[in-house]
Amino acid sequence: MQKSLHIDPSKCTGCLQCEMACSYENHGVFNIAKSRIKVFNFEHEGRKVPYTCTQCAEAWCLNACPVDAIRIDAATGAKVVHKDVCVGCKVCTIACPFGTINYVADSGKVQKCDLCGGDPACVTACPTAAITYVDADWTGLEKMRQWAGKTNTQSRASA
Amino acid sequence: MGWARKILRVDLSKGTCKSEPLNMEWAQQYLGQRGLATKYFVEEVDPKVDPLSPANKLIMATGPLTGTMASTGGRYSVITKGALTGAIACSNSGGYIGAELKMAGWDMIIFEGKSPKPVYLSIQDDVAELRDAAHLWGKTTWDTEEIIKSSHHDPQVRVCSIGRAGENGVLYACIVNDLHRAAGRSGVGTVMGSKNLKAVAVRGTVGVSGIRDFKAFMTATTAAKKVLADNAVTGQGLPTYGTQVLMNVINEMGALPTRNAKDVQFEGARKISAEAMHEKRLSDGKANLVTNAACFGCTIACGRISQVDKNHWSVVNSPKYWGATGGLEYEAAWSLGAADGVDDLDALTVANMICNEDGFDPITFGATVGAVMELYTMGVLTKEQIGIEAPFGSAQALLEIAHMTAEGRGFGKEMALGSARLTAKYGHPELSMSVKSQEFPAYDPRGIQGMGLTYATSNRGACHLRSYTVASEVLGIPVKTDPLVTEGKPALVMAFQDATAAFDSSGTCIFTTFAWSLNDLAPQIDAACEGGEAGWSVERLAELGARIWNMERVFNNAAGFTAKDDDLPARLKTEPAQSGPAKGLVSGIDKMVPEYYKLRGWDTAGVPDKETLARLGL
Repeated sequence: MQKSLHIDPSKCTGCLQCEMACSYENHGVFNIAKSRIKVFNFEHEGRKVPYTCTQCAEAWCLNACPVDAIRIDAATGAKVVHKDVCVGCKVCTIACPFGTINYVADSGKVQKCDLCGGDPACVTACPTAAITYVDADWTGLEKMRQWAGKTNTQSRASA
Repeated sequence: MGWARKILRVDLSKGTCKSEPLNMEWAQQYLGQRGLATKYFVEEVDPKVDPLSPANKLIMATGPLTGTMASTGGRYSVITKGALTGAIACSNSGGYIGAELKMAGWDMIIFEGKSPKPVYLSIQDDVAELRDAAHLWGKTTWDTEEIIKSSHHDPQVRVCSIGRAGENGVLYACIVNDLHRAAGRSGVGTVMGSKNLKAVAVRGTVGVSGIRDFKAFMTATTAAKKVLADNAVTGQGLPTYGTQVLMNVINEMGALPTRNAKDVQFEGARKISAEAMHEKRLSDGKANLVTNAACFGCTIACGRISQVDKNHWSVVNSPKYWGATGGLEYEAAWSLGAADGVDDLDALTVANMICNEDGFDPITFGATVGAVMELYTMGVLTKEQIGIEAPFGSAQALLEIAHMTAEGRGFGKEMALGSARLTAKYGHPELSMSVKSQEFPAYDPRGIQGMGLTYATSNRGACHLRSYTVASEVLGIPVKTDPLVTEGKPALVMAFQDATAAFDSSGTCIFTTFAWSLNDLAPQIDAACEGGEAGWSVERLAELGARIWNMERVFNNAAGFTAKDDDLPARLKTEPAQSGPAKGLVSGIDKMVPEYYKLRGWDTAGVPDKETLARLGL
């Protein structure tokens, strides 16, 4: 079963544990400036929104890369940057419609979410389950369950 | 490790910024944040210094867990000699700027001297410089943050600043960060203003890498997070209701100081409670509460984000108050509400916004309004003097006085004094509900006896956060004690004071202690920080807390405070509670203080014995 990151912004409190976990997992340091997932704070609406790569099926970053540094991880379906191949040309950052692949000045390469090889650190760190890792074919399952629960039907026992 | 091992010294008189290595010997004795910054402060500043003179210093300090994955690891503290109190001041704030400072590679910033003109400090990793703030002077904290983000072309820069209150010498001015978090008490913002320092803007991209044992640290912090999630208060109560969960509880106990502590129960408590914040308004069908919110790294998320009805009389012509922003915490709901007899939830929310916007402490402000309302009721202050009729219960008066205080006009100049100086000026010092000139918060010592001793002995003037015995006396954490008796409270207060001093020195939030004890904190510190052969044990942290407490006490004694300053307003000792479970009771403070001194190893004048100081390495 292929899995996918699923984000529910209404559950996000803005604690940034996801950003910390991401930087620690990938850089061995607590540094939100290096995180591949970002939480945006829409202050005057009281909304916080975590945002990262959605792993497009037809990935524009991958197609744009002139040196084939972005490849598909067969196990997770993640589009993964191979750092030893990447030349830091940044064409992928232009191709991505969502801005979720970014240049890192320190290394001279780009970075993006790689689903941590199938065990995303941000998911483990999120205290409110705003970020979950679910069946890619059923990302809407939880929302369906919530709406289903609101339908105006009596239980069979009390009918 | 845990520490960045680097401090920034800013000489505002000379306009210089210099890097210094952190004193690691002191770090072993005082850990960080409150403890370590206070150590620097008492070593460098004369206790007799005028708080508003250039010779006073102001320190912004992180702890070793600030900027790490420890839950709530985003705290920073401001240490100075308080403008309101003349005592050691240590105000703690969350939000994001503490973590940003640590991620820029700094443990603390020491400000000294006074700038000849308004400036702000800009920090971009290891580059720190003072910049002209002429264009920011006269601006609110909200505008200051927006202008700095815009002029830096960086929406990710974090800002703390003073508003007009800090510029105008309001003695209880705050330093506000991230729009609605604040180092709130004792007038730390007033000291900042006296130095012509408008703001600090920080962008940190270095990160925190100096963790002693990353693997052990992740194990310890993950376990501690589970403790918070599994606890009813930190896992459910605080995220759902915020600290406002207490409003109805404390009112039922007869411990809600009402109308300048003339009463201990407020008939309007229900209307300004957490439950009321959740309910849809009749006027526009929306709830006051929009959502809860977390500070950096916090897995509790007690913060309130609120929005008032755009058609509420107080904001109908002021669109800047229409958006969602920081809402009422319990202490502010009490001080702006019960203490003044005001039960209009949206009006309180707006008053709280004004406090954030222009940077002044809602606890002292609301309590001072309560004293003013009592003086008005007595005929000592008139409508002409105040500028508006100001009986208890008037939301109009509360908001007009808030605007005047923010803008420094009319009666706002009198409000700037705080209740101790204001009531004394008008011949009724007994009407100030304060200790060491700082107003006490939302727990009446007649109904919760331990809080009386907490207020009386707090090193920064009356405060609930130095030893929050409400946890024990109301919630049963760690064990339930009877709130109506004084027996056992001196030992309880002392233990809470020491543990709290350790938490305040770590970089974590005191609200974790509804679930955590030092047993939960010690493994996290030990994994993060070098601690020599002994490591960081519970016992070492408790002793460190006692060391910090006594260090603060020695400073205050040298500043001129004596045993007579460890006392409560006469009202709490002579006017019994009128209703509720504490009906007929007064505070038993006079019984508790001598026992407390004895337990502390202090003489009858409240001076630490030589043996006590030697035992603690002071």
